[in-house]
Amino acid sequence: MSTLADLAVGRSGRVLQVKGVDDISLRLLEMGLTPGVEVAIVGAAPLGDPIELELRGYQLSVRKSEAARVEITPN
Amino acid sequence: MPTAAEPTTLTIALVGNPNTGKSTLFSALAGVHQRTGNYPGVTVEKKVGYVEVEGRKIELIDLPGTYSLAPRSPDEMVAVDVLLGRREHSRPVDAVLSIIDANNLERNLYLLSQVLDMGLPTVVALNMVDVARSRGVAIDVAKLRERLGVPVVEIQANRRLGIKELKQTLAKVTEFEAKVHESTFPEAFQSEVTQLQSSLKSDSHGNHALPRFLVERLLLDSSGYLQELLLGRTTDQQHPELQAARERLHKAGAPVPAVEAMSRYGWVGRTLEGIVARPKQRIVTQGDRIDKILTHKFFGTLVFAALMMLMFMSVFLFADPIMGFIEDVVGSIGEFLGDKMPDGALKSLVVDGIIGGIGGVIVFLPQILILFFFIAVLEDCGYMARAAYLMDKLMTRVGLSGKSFIPMLSSFACAIPGVMAARVIENRRDRLTTILVAPLMSCSARLPVYALMIALFVPENSYVVRGFILFAMYALGIIVAAAVAFVLKSTVFRGPTPPFVMELPTYKWPSPRLVVGRMLERGWRFVHDAGGIILATTLVVWAAGYYPHNVEVVEGPFATQKAEVEAKLAAATTEIAKTAAAEQQANLDHAIAAAYQKQSILGRLGHFIEPAVRPLGWDWRIGCAAIASFPAREVVVSALGVIYSIGSDADETRLSEKLQTVTWEGTDRKVYNIPVALSIMVFFALCAQCAATLAVIKRETNSWRWPIFTFVYMTTLAYLGALVTYQVGMLIAT
Repeated sequence: MSTLADLAVGRSGRVLQVKGVDDISLRLLEMGLTPGVEVAIVGAAPLGDPIELELRGYQLSVRKSEAARVEITPN
Repeated sequence: MPTAAEPTTLTIALVGNPNTGKSTLFSALAGVHQRTGNYPGVTVEKKVGYVEVEGRKIELIDLPGTYSLAPRSPDEMVAVDVLLGRREHSRPVDAVLSIIDANNLERNLYLLSQVLDMGLPTVVALNMVDVARSRGVAIDVAKLRERLGVPVVEIQANRRLGIKELKQTLAKVTEFEAKVHESTFPEAFQSEVTQLQSSLKSDSHGNHALPRFLVERLLLDSSGYLQELLLGRTTDQQHPELQAARERLHKAGAPVPAVEAMSRYGWVGRTLEGIVARPKQRIVTQGDRIDKILTHKFFGTLVFAALMMLMFMSVFLFADPIMGFIEDVVGSIGEFLGDKMPDGALKSLVVDGIIGGIGGVIVFLPQILILFFFIAVLEDCGYMARAAYLMDKLMTRVGLSGKSFIPMLSSFACAIPGVMAARVIENRRDRLTTILVAPLMSCSARLPVYALMIALFVPENSYVVRGFILFAMYALGIIVAAAVAFVLKSTVFRGPTPPFVMELPTYKWPSPRLVVGRMLERGWRFVHDAGGIILATTLVVWAAGYYPHNVEVVEGPFATQKAEVEAKLAAATTEIAKTAAAEQQANLDHAIAAAYQKQSILGRLGHFIEPAVRPLGWDWRIGCAAIASFPAREVVVSALGVIYSIGSDADETRLSEKLQTVTWEGTDRKVYNIPVALSIMVFFALCAQCAATLAVIKRETNSWRWPIFTFVYMTTLAYLGALVTYQVGMLIAT
């Protein structure tokens, strides 16, 4: 199963689900990473982490450990 | 404050996502008619503004910017409590003003759907439609209004467009016929909530009926926070009914907590269908191009480093001269008043205590204002989030996040704005950790102490050695701060890593009004909230240095000398003789001042603590100067000047020359050697001798516990650090 953390910069995918029920998963959901939504990786910080996403018309920064909770189907 | 007796008063809460222009809208509506404070028991700022429109007075409560009304901490609960009228001593809210960023409709409508669930009359302010248009995004506002069933007013908060119309709509908000907002949740979830609501009512806890919104939240909140708050149950055991309901929902395909996001974003999708027209090809805006550079691995880091350098250089370039000027003015005022007043306790109180204390408050203002100018610009243009993004990985190594970087960095100039800037960190544990370690960064007030001690032993032309020692002091602060942060995060502030999921807002030009407003607000807040504490400590230390002031005991032994010098001065006819006599008199005055210092409570305290500071290589005089510098570190320099009888305003060169000759009392063994100088430097690098910082910590944490904790831990570290430095230094030296 691929996750957002596996995607290279410039690639995109569609969210299947967010794993976990804690604060981090909840925040990912609240920020719009819900099943079916399109996400693209648009960049990474100098040390490779966090990464910058684009979804629902805006930019979101998440750590790789957080991105690993988001299961996706790569495009 | 308006009272409930005025029927024309409306209370409206302003709700919105961060980076939507909420603060700009608030100040556009309320102007100068606003006041700030704290909600009791939490660290959330309470901001209330007053708007007058068509004879009605509107009380506007600015709630903290949030992406979601899903409270998981007391700070987050404030907004929900205010909206539901559950906050004591606050009037219930009559209506909600929800600000929506037209460029980010989907995520903004998520919060709106929660607001609408509360059932309060709501007005939507649709902001930045112009920016959306420039990106080729067209919004059918009439249709949006129809689907939402609430008034939608287009505004451009930064240009104050649409504000008048918004005010008029707000004044009539309770008259609009409310369209019933249907819950976005699936049937299964709704029936669980209904069931839970009625069963909790009959609960033996004596809870009064919970509003439906809170029952929904209770069911959705898996953190256990609401369960404990509302049902009085600790987090380690789940409420059986809640657990059963969650299990049933999971089987029914509505798993908690995902069901909320899925339902609400589903509603958002239906609401916006056919309303928003986007260009087929995404228009690359200037903001996008700038962002490409600013978050670029190499150039982004370069720009970041340059920006931080600029921030620092500005503090030193602009703040230092102004601070010098303030000190001069305060000094002249003191001198002027001193000349007019007879010698005695009152004069000393006015000149050294009060004027010195007030000077000690306003002298911080240039640094605070300049740093907050930069911070406000960075925040408002959208760069602050990028800075956190760039620095996050580095900060996670000590258990913090990128959001702690700017507050820590600011503390190198001055810990006061650093502590105040920590407010942007939402997570309480991270925020407190940042606040508690920020004062360890070597601030500019430590420089005079370092300079004096370095001047003692390092020749002026040894730039490399001087530079290295200075660097070592800065490094010491950083290393100790990292270690303390790590320890705090793995002990008292241990807990799950907070999410770093953070919006990177689109760039925009900072609003000058907002930047200046925020700068002045922070400056005023410092003077207003911390000024009293700083003044009080200065007065206490002044009194300790002045009393008992026994004239006969102190000046008695100097009587003959004094008479001799006075006679000499009177008899002097030539310029040379006059100057010589005047110098003698000044020296005598300094000696008397030193004798008073020794006799004072402070001097006695110095003697009293001597056994404790001796292992640091200090004599009672250094101990005394360290106590005297409690209000501010740099005071130690002038305190040493007084103690060593060369006056409080002796320059660094004279003072360092004097220090080199000082011996242990009754012996000819010199007090100052390299280990002693280093031990003093280490002590002042790590100690909390800054009443202003402690006062600001008290203000920002809304409790005395944390400034006391900071003082105790920093003083302990400073003592141990100085002890090790001196003892190891002596081992190497001998």
